[in-house]
Amino acid sequence: MEPLVEVKNLNVEFDVRDGIVHAVDGVSFTVHRGRTLGVIGESGCGKSITAKTIMQMVPKPGEITSGEVLFHYRDKYDPEGDIEVINITNLDPDGRRIRKIRGGEIGMIFQEPMSSLTPVYTSGTLIGEALHLHRLVPKTVGEEMAQNIKEYRHVTDEEAREISIEMLRKVGIPKPEQRVDSYAHQLSGGQRQRVMIAIALSCRPAMLIADEPTTALDVSIEAQILDLMADLQETVDMAIMFITHDLGVIAEVADEIVVMYMGKQVETADATELYYNPLHPYTRALLKSIPQIGKRSTQRLASIKGMVPDPFNLPSGCVFHPRCPEYMPGKCDRIVPKWTEVEEGHYARCLLYEEV
Amino acid sequence: MLTYIGRRLVYSFIMLVLVSFVSFIIIELPPGDYLTQKLQELQARGDRSAEMRIEEYRARYGLDKPLMERYWIWISNFIKGDFGESFEYERPVAELLGQRLGMTVILALSTLLVTWVIAIPVGVYSATHQYSTGDQIITTLSFIGLGMPSFLLALLVLFFAVMVLDQDIGGLFSREFADAPWSWAKVWNLLKHLWIPTLIGAVTGTAGLVRIMRGNLLETLGQPFVEAARARGLKNRTVTWKHAVRVAINPLIVILGTEAFPSIIVGNTLMAVVLNLPTIGPLYINALVGQDMYMAGTILVFIVGMIMLGSLLADIALAALDPRIRLE
Ligand SMILES: Nc1ncnc2c1ncn2[C@@H]1O[C@H](COP(=O)(O)OP(=O)(O)OP(=O)(O)O)[C@@H](O)[C@H]1O
Ligand SMILES: [Mg+2]
Repeated sequence: MEPLVEVKNLNVEFDVRDGIVHAVDGVSFTVHRGRTLGVIGESGCGKSITAKTIMQMVPKPGEITSGEVLFHYRDKYDPEGDIEVINITNLDPDGRRIRKIRGGEIGMIFQEPMSSLTPVYTSGTLIGEALHLHRLVPKTVGEEMAQNIKEYRHVTDEEAREISIEMLRKVGIPKPEQRVDSYAHQLSGGQRQRVMIAIALSCRPAMLIADEPTTALDVSIEAQILDLMADLQETVDMAIMFITHDLGVIAEVADEIVVMYMGKQVETADATELYYNPLHPYTRALLKSIPQIGKRSTQRLASIKGMVPDPFNLPSGCVFHPRCPEYMPGKCDRIVPKWTEVEEGHYARCLLYEEV
Repeated sequence: MLTYIGRRLVYSFIMLVLVSFVSFIIIELPPGDYLTQKLQELQARGDRSAEMRIEEYRARYGLDKPLMERYWIWISNFIKGDFGESFEYERPVAELLGQRLGMTVILALSTLLVTWVIAIPVGVYSATHQYSTGDQIITTLSFIGLGMPSFLLALLVLFFAVMVLDQDIGGLFSREFADAPWSWAKVWNLLKHLWIPTLIGAVTGTAGLVRIMRGNLLETLGQPFVEAARARGLKNRTVTWKHAVRVAINPLIVILGTEAFPSIIVGNTLMAVVLNLPTIGPLYINALVGQDMYMAGTILVFIVGMIMLGSLLADIALAALDPRIRLE
């Protein structure tokens, strides 16, 4: 496995009027080339901010207070070239380097497909915008298409339109020759998300960040979009960072899963390991809340008791202790648990697995 | 689309007829018409022949006819381009307005141009640098600009020019050019005078437009498509102008149509009075005060006509610029 993006001990803070919110508090994980990482947690736990940090797009007044995001850059138009490790957090947020990575190396699709497309432009224009920035085609000399050409040029408007139509077809939009001239308001929510996927994939990124791509969609559309993403990942060699608040959704797609709670990473393991051997009480509670076929329908779904705490008034010790079914008084409310490798490759942040 | 425009034109026409009628009545409402006043004046002077002249006037303007009939005569001539005669100037309204129309339009257009050329970039800067020092200065200035009536500003400028610079800045021409035929020298003289009322007139509009542009853009910048455009690798500047401003500016077109268009006719009336500008505004005020009915009625009809034309053009422009809007 080859690392593509390494997030190391990332901390992001928001200094707002009521105090400081630690939106991301010491998160570390690695996304490997061609593999899928699932990130899961309740609303507001810092998933989107983590994703935006990878794009060097932390919204104001957010600030990266420590940690780094290492991107292993390999020129996709020069596969034999060397890998260069770029620390994204050090890049100028509007500079040339990060703008090449955004869209070109890391594509992103968002939580709100309804309003993620600029309403005054057609889907063809928006895909074309990305293509003109990042997509290169081999230079041809006359008729002959040399085999070993290493020279590339930007796409022309006609080529961009052709590629746009082809991308729309790939993401399963009917009549792509017509839809390429459609505006967002002429498309359904599912189609808009498909267009977003087409934009993101049109430049053949090494990684796709999918930030709850199906949360705003119907269940049947959700299944279609998930299938589409799985299909596409098979045809192109691309890593996916899949963010969701629904463990059921990433059950099949993810290779590795990061569980977050209140900005903290509470557990990380291989997907199967996490499902069969969840360590953190929060992960266990999340798993119990997935509906399962075969269980008697009279049995109510378990929900996690209690409320998400106030971000300005975090509980002492382990932030999860007021809601934890395995709360150990005198310990959990006093001691901050450490990030521990409990079993090989299986990490958790919980005092149950610490000698204290 | 064409049927829509046709329908709007028909509505506008009906509206204009109604407005012209209502305005005619309202102008007529206060006790005593223009001639009664004039009669009293003449009698007070003890002028014997006055009575006869008054009778002559009455016959000439059909003042002894009933209201409806007078309205009908006026409006049917109006369509032919004869707007009636001004009592005060004893000359056709069309001629009086025509003399001042050119200058009014020039002043209005130059004010509009200055307003928009300043307000849009400043509003964009203010929104993209929210809460920065620059934004705070702009916000403060724009509130002052909004609260400052332009006639007051004109008075201050006039006072300053006369007392400190010892210069008369009123009017649009120096005395020697006022009645001179057009020449390059006259154009230059016009430009030398034009910038003062242009800038004064632009203050309020600019301040308002900056506020609106800032607000609209801030709202648009918070929309997911802006973030999505950045995530595609576009420069912030491209994201701001090509995506956010392009969407945020659409509502301003309505303002351009409904506020800026009528201003072409009357413009900044009080400022024009203070600065003694040869525009239609002062004529309008005079006509209202003096119950110079045909003059006042004509200008009013034109104002309303411009409002309706402006909003129709704004709707067409909006439909052309925003694919979500369709005219039906
Ligand atoms: N622009 C902002 N200003 C201030 N605080 C913010 C801002 N954006 C995010 N935060 C804070 O960061 C925390 C994490 O936000 P984030 O968007 O990452 O949550 P999330 O896990 O993506 O939730 P959801 O499932 O609702 O999308 C939020 O609880 C909020 O307090
Ligand atoms: Mg989110």
